[in-house]
Amino acid sequence: MAARGDFWGGLWEKFGILIIGLAAFAAVIGLILFLVDKAPKRGRDVLQLVAFVAPALILLGVGLIYPAVRTAYLAFTNRTGEFIGLDNFVWMFTQPQIITTLINTLVWVALVPTLSTAIGLAYAVFIDRSRGEKVLKALVFMPMAISFVGAGIIWRFVYEYRAEGFEQIGILNQIIVWVGGEPQQFLINSPWNTLFLIIVMIWIQTGFAMVLLSAAIKGVPTEIIEASRLDGANGWQQFVNVTIPGIRPTLVVVVTTISIATLKVFDIVRTMTGGNYDTSVIANEMYTQAFNRGEYGQGSALALVLFIMVLPIVIYNVRVMRKQREIR
Amino acid sequence: MSYANAEAVAELDEPIGQKGQPQSKASRVKQRLTSRWATAAAIVIAFIWTIPTFGLFVSSFRPADDIRSSGWWTIFTNPAFTLENYGDVLFTSGASSANLGSYFINSLVVAIPATLFPIALATMAAYAFAWIKFKGSAAIFVLIFALQIVPLQMALIPLLQIFSQVLGISGSFPAVWIAHTIFGLPLCIFLLHNFIAEIPSEVIEAAKMDGASNTQVFFRIIIPLATPAIASIAIFQFLWVWNDLLVALVFSGGTVDVAPLTQRLAELVGNFGRNQERLPAAAFISLIIPLIVFFGLQRYFVRGLLAGSTKG
Repeated sequence: MAARGDFWGGLWEKFGILIIGLAAFAAVIGLILFLVDKAPKRGRDVLQLVAFVAPALILLGVGLIYPAVRTAYLAFTNRTGEFIGLDNFVWMFTQPQIITTLINTLVWVALVPTLSTAIGLAYAVFIDRSRGEKVLKALVFMPMAISFVGAGIIWRFVYEYRAEGFEQIGILNQIIVWVGGEPQQFLINSPWNTLFLIIVMIWIQTGFAMVLLSAAIKGVPTEIIEASRLDGANGWQQFVNVTIPGIRPTLVVVVTTISIATLKVFDIVRTMTGGNYDTSVIANEMYTQAFNRGEYGQGSALALVLFIMVLPIVIYNVRVMRKQREIR
Repeated sequence: MSYANAEAVAELDEPIGQKGQPQSKASRVKQRLTSRWATAAAIVIAFIWTIPTFGLFVSSFRPADDIRSSGWWTIFTNPAFTLENYGDVLFTSGASSANLGSYFINSLVVAIPATLFPIALATMAAYAFAWIKFKGSAAIFVLIFALQIVPLQMALIPLLQIFSQVLGISGSFPAVWIAHTIFGLPLCIFLLHNFIAEIPSEVIEAAKMDGASNTQVFFRIIIPLATPAIASIAIFQFLWVWNDLLVALVFSGGTVDVAPLTQRLAELVGNFGRNQERLPAAAFISLIIPLIVFFGLQRYFVRGLLAGSTKG
């Protein structure tokens, strides 16, 4: 491979890999579909079915289902692969550092979905009644397009701290100084630093909630709104009695989707504090244990706990989904 | 939510009051409800939401010494702009330089196949689940649906072992492509199935009556009709891959040969103090592609989002 800094040499080599990769993929898929199309009539239907679903199913089986099952097993082994029963879980619940991590994760999953949904909903209602809706929507939705790493950098500059008496370069501390306060080390002072990380996630997810809820609000029939209006309902009553029931399914989807995203959050903690100063969460700790420290057993145990936390949401969603397919 | 409903919602997303009857009624309601307080509150929130990004954007054009010594807002009283930061992080080579040019190329080489592969495989599978009757189809589909919620963390360690010990490809582009393909498949299959299942059955049955095979139906009917859906989901997958850090960290090996921008950025942040004058420009280089995609294709992006998530 190209030497570090050999930009142009590396460039051509990399684009070569890109082209070869795309061509190889197209050739394999094209050949499979061509062959099953030319297969003898008997058994052709089965062959075609296999050609369409097998690539995806094999990849999912080998790359997701088998690994997930294996991780569940690894959670009961130590770093050399010996079976050690529940030791990893005992370790987890006796280490103050890991307990903090678990509590932090719960705080994240309690605050992020509720606050981003609430702010997103309020914002969706506000812009529904104001001019320049498109621009206002785009501004709040934009963080969705930004990587968590990018968001982490953006907010590190917002939170940047300089000792009292020096010129502040972070806007938040500057505002505090302007109103006569003392500059704070937002990312270092525990336990509040976790809240400041959570704000970043809320900043990202609010736009997602807002876009879905805004679409749902517009889906509430205008007739019902006008009727409640004629009945003398004020803005708030109308919101609680007409709008909220009308968008309930979307609210559920928004809260569950954001909850899952929050449980898995990793990049924000990684870029902003690296999990130091008592800010780690399960997803980050799992990475640290498994890939930085080589403790695959402990990392797997953390991943399993994460899965168990997501499990109720999975079950709930599968049930809703089953019901919908029956209706169809 | 069905394809048709999602379309209707996307329709409503457009400026209200330009089309026929129902819209004008909506606009009447809207007019009456337009309140100055709501507008003011919306503007305040939009302002708060935009300031952090705006600040970083301004910083990226300030001279390095200024970034270190004063806040970006001082630019209004003491204007000084430069493109030096961008040149520095993109093209300066050397052991301590950011070298983002190379990582930018890596991100492209990772993201293009990692978008096309899962979309292609997912379209095929979605067609089979929607239009080929077979035993266990419903059960397998529900399983795939459930898989999109399983945290990636559950699969990382064994998959890495497969890549390094069985296939011997860990730390290469194909490893990252395959990982992204696998992790993207459940959601892509689910979303595309929602669209493809809504294609009127007469169209497909007519083609089959004329003797078309599944492959022919797939290429001549499904792909052309599903192109808008495929495009909007592709935008999603592309942004997801471009912005990903976890998969990249685990499977790319972390070298300048393979690792994407996000990983290099995360490294630079690791030495925040030392890299302070570089970070704003570096971050903006990583944001530029998603922002172009976002502002250019926002309509399709939103449509994909609505199709997937408002399954009410």
